[in-house]
Amino acid sequence: MPTSRTTLSGVDLEVWEGGDGTKLLFLHGAGGFNATHESIPLLARRRHIIAPSHPGFGTSTLPDWLDRPGDIALLYLELLQRLGPAPLDLIGCSLGGWIAAELASLVPERFRRVVLVAPVGVKLGGRDALDVPDIFAMPATTVERLLYHDPDRHRPDLSKLSDAELTEMLRNRETLALLTWEPYMHDPKLKHRLHRIACPTLFLRGESDGLVSAGYLQGYAELLPNSRIVTIPQAGHVPHVEQPAAFADAVLSFLNG
Amino acid sequence: MRAWHFSETAYHLLPPAETYDSIRVSLPNKHYDPRIGADLYHRYLDEWLIAEDFGLELMLNEHHQTATCVDPAAPLMLAVLARQTTKARLLILGNPIANRRQPVRVAEEMAMIDVLSRGRLEAGFVRGVPYEIAPANSNPVRMNEREWEALDMILKAWTSHDGPVSFEGRFFHSRQINIWPRPWQEPHPPVWISTTSPGGAARVGARGYVQATFLTGFDGTRRIFDAYRDAWRQAGRGDDVPRDRLAYAALVYTGETEAAAHAGAEKLLWYVTSNKVPPHFAGPPGYLPTDAAVRMLRGAEHPLSAFAKSASVEGAIQAGIMMAGTPDQVLAQIRRMYDHVGGFGHLLLMGQAGFLEHEETVQGIRLFANEVYPALREF
Repeated sequence: MPTSRTTLSGVDLEVWEGGDGTKLLFLHGAGGFNATHESIPLLARRRHIIAPSHPGFGTSTLPDWLDRPGDIALLYLELLQRLGPAPLDLIGCSLGGWIAAELASLVPERFRRVVLVAPVGVKLGGRDALDVPDIFAMPATTVERLLYHDPDRHRPDLSKLSDAELTEMLRNRETLALLTWEPYMHDPKLKHRLHRIACPTLFLRGESDGLVSAGYLQGYAELLPNSRIVTIPQAGHVPHVEQPAAFADAVLSFLNG
Repeated sequence: MRAWHFSETAYHLLPPAETYDSIRVSLPNKHYDPRIGADLYHRYLDEWLIAEDFGLELMLNEHHQTATCVDPAAPLMLAVLARQTTKARLLILGNPIANRRQPVRVAEEMAMIDVLSRGRLEAGFVRGVPYEIAPANSNPVRMNEREWEALDMILKAWTSHDGPVSFEGRFFHSRQINIWPRPWQEPHPPVWISTTSPGGAARVGARGYVQATFLTGFDGTRRIFDAYRDAWRQAGRGDDVPRDRLAYAALVYTGETEAAAHAGAEKLLWYVTSNKVPPHFAGPPGYLPTDAAVRMLRGAEHPLSAFAKSASVEGAIQAGIMMAGTPDQVLAQIRRMYDHVGGFGHLLLMGQAGFLEHEETVQGIRLFANEVYPALREF
């Protein structure tokens, strides 16, 4: 199994590693990292993926001092040091996109190319409307509809999950709440640093994404000097899960471009 | 035993429950008529004053964005009572300090009430039920940690009298704490904490505060009180745990006849049955320990929610969450609970709820105070 453990600033993290090619740091979203998603082996054909489970996700520990995505980006500075001086590729999905944006804005010179998949992390609209719908104040069935193009294909059968799997799922959700509760799904300071990410950056979004709107992604992308947008049809907030082939094509053609 | 009259100051005149998703958090306040609300506030305050006249102590609490308890700023209601009452102890249970941003402000409010009431404050603190999270925009994760840190900060504010002191915790900070007024009672007002889990009770017991639990029934209450007593002893506080450290809250209605009592008690059940709340407000992530959340996903149900589905007066009495009947019956029911859980020193009477009218409420208070309470005082 390509899973190992590493300790960053006293935080014990699970790290999945696999594939060949230029190093690609993969920062997972709120659901945690899942190497069995089809998109991972597709990416691993061309890239050497390094995918830490963020603190509080998977089996990674969660220290009591950590409570914002920016804290995780700071933690990963240490990981970058260990990965050596060569520039690498970076991809982050949703919450992981927020962490990736934080990280790339801190050390832009460490990255060749950056992919942000339906990222959150900035507040673009006015104070009287949420940029991202309040997923903690709606029924699970509504969240599913915002999350997936085809919710029926992706709804987990809880009765088939083991206690360990359920525990991990709920713990991931707890950590998501801890990290994103207030300010909701953003750090008001992040957007003032994003201009530092000068490398080519791809913003990816599923066409049916009900959480990260096309307008939000457009506004986010405009904060970076060298960005482009690709939309994946028949996918929602997690295009890497719903359209793995189209997703891997879009990512690899950008990274190799 | 001391008995406390407790009302949630509900606004019960709502549209049919099937027309809304939740009685808490999201029920539009267009359904609240301030003119009716004013009458209700004055009525509930009158009932507290009447309860005081009958020799009961008084308790109130705080909830937010809900028709079940229109008291989103309990210290304000308490301030009214501090001025208008003269002898009753005044229990606020409690201050939701995991959701309050400034513990020092809470210390100030409580100190004010303690002085205004000439030392009659019993200061309760709660973590807050899950549906308080959204109204407070409060992070559901690490609430326990916030609650206990806030309490430490409040105690420091209450007990420091020689000029500014500082507090730099994980969640709360202040560099110049020097509250005016300071509390009347020395070293500070009695501290109460409510918790409905044995783990929480153990923490309260180790610190020796008054532990209150709400509607936890026979066995649930036993487990909570046992955990308190064990932790009290393990902390070296002595083998005897004073009974006045433990409080139980139940729906209580006393009538001249069993039929009259049950008719009143039926209306009290509104407190349990009206609590329509969808899962996303009742179970925010991180509120429950992960293992408990897993059990809920597997279909486990909160005992009170399970009860609410087929709530009846008889069932509630059997479960130990209600005492209702003639004075003799109510006394026997309290005795049964008392014996089952190893004794307690405070009975918090949820004596008004929903559609229980003023006269009925007063009748229940009067009968309890005159016919039940004298014998209870000997417990």
